[in-house]
Amino acid sequence: MHSFGYRANALLTLGVTVLALMCAMASFSDNLNVPSPSAQVQVLNINWFQKQRNGNDEVSLTLNISADLQSMFTWNTKQVFVFLAAEYETPKNSLNQVSLWDGIIPSKEHAKFGIHTTNKYRFSDQGSNLRGKEFNLTLHWHVMPKTGKMFADKIVMTGYRLPEEYR
Amino acid sequence: MDWQGQKLAEQLMQILLLAFAVVAFATGYILGSFQMMILIYAGGVVLTTLVTVPNWPFFNRHPLKWLEPNEAEKHPKPQQQPVNSKKKSAKK
Repeated sequence: MHSFGYRANALLTLGVTVLALMCAMASFSDNLNVPSPSAQVQVLNINWFQKQRNGNDEVSLTLNISADLQSMFTWNTKQVFVFLAAEYETPKNSLNQVSLWDGIIPSKEHAKFGIHTTNKYRFSDQGSNLRGKEFNLTLHWHVMPKTGKMFADKIVMTGYRLPEEYR
Repeated sequence: MDWQGQKLAEQLMQILLLAFAVVAFATGYILGSFQMMILIYAGGVVLTTLVTVPNWPFFNRHPLKWLEPNEAEKHPKPQQQPVNSKKKSAKK
């Protein structure tokens, strides 16, 4: 500590170390928050349901997505990424996931929402397995923190079924 | 900066930084504002820099008392014995 440079260096080193410690504690404090999110999705309409020329089934849906994700936000939350996936089983694959819609929630004020939309991304199957198929709609989310660990979880909503015939 | 000033500067730096870290974290957590934590800590680091990095007069209150030059001449350094003379004679 005998010179200006030594003191500046020591202060910078300890300062950054303590800052890292504070960030680690902030990340740890996220574990104390127990979120209780809720979500509902209604399939309002099957707009069309076709077999494409390449043999794959594709369907267009109109959805009403409403969710309350406010309890996920803590002081260390940067944003929340949510996406809605259709999940179903086929003879070839035990789990098929097709992302239908996604969104970024930038703040707690925007975390309670209701959206009326057609599927943002195409709902097509690798094959023609969708007729009469029972599927789940699952809302997945990733809580992105300002520092530290990212949390991910989902809500599974069951009991949706596609029609038996193309339309 | 004298010896005790250096010790004081180091201790001041450590205590101030840790104290600001505790205050910043507590305030940020209670107010639910990450930005507030960072701002308080940044202010604390700047303040600590201003207090401990420049060579302030209060770090120089215990100057070393050197001996007078003529006092040093009365106690000369012990002369180095010529060591290599033995080795040379042994070889010869």
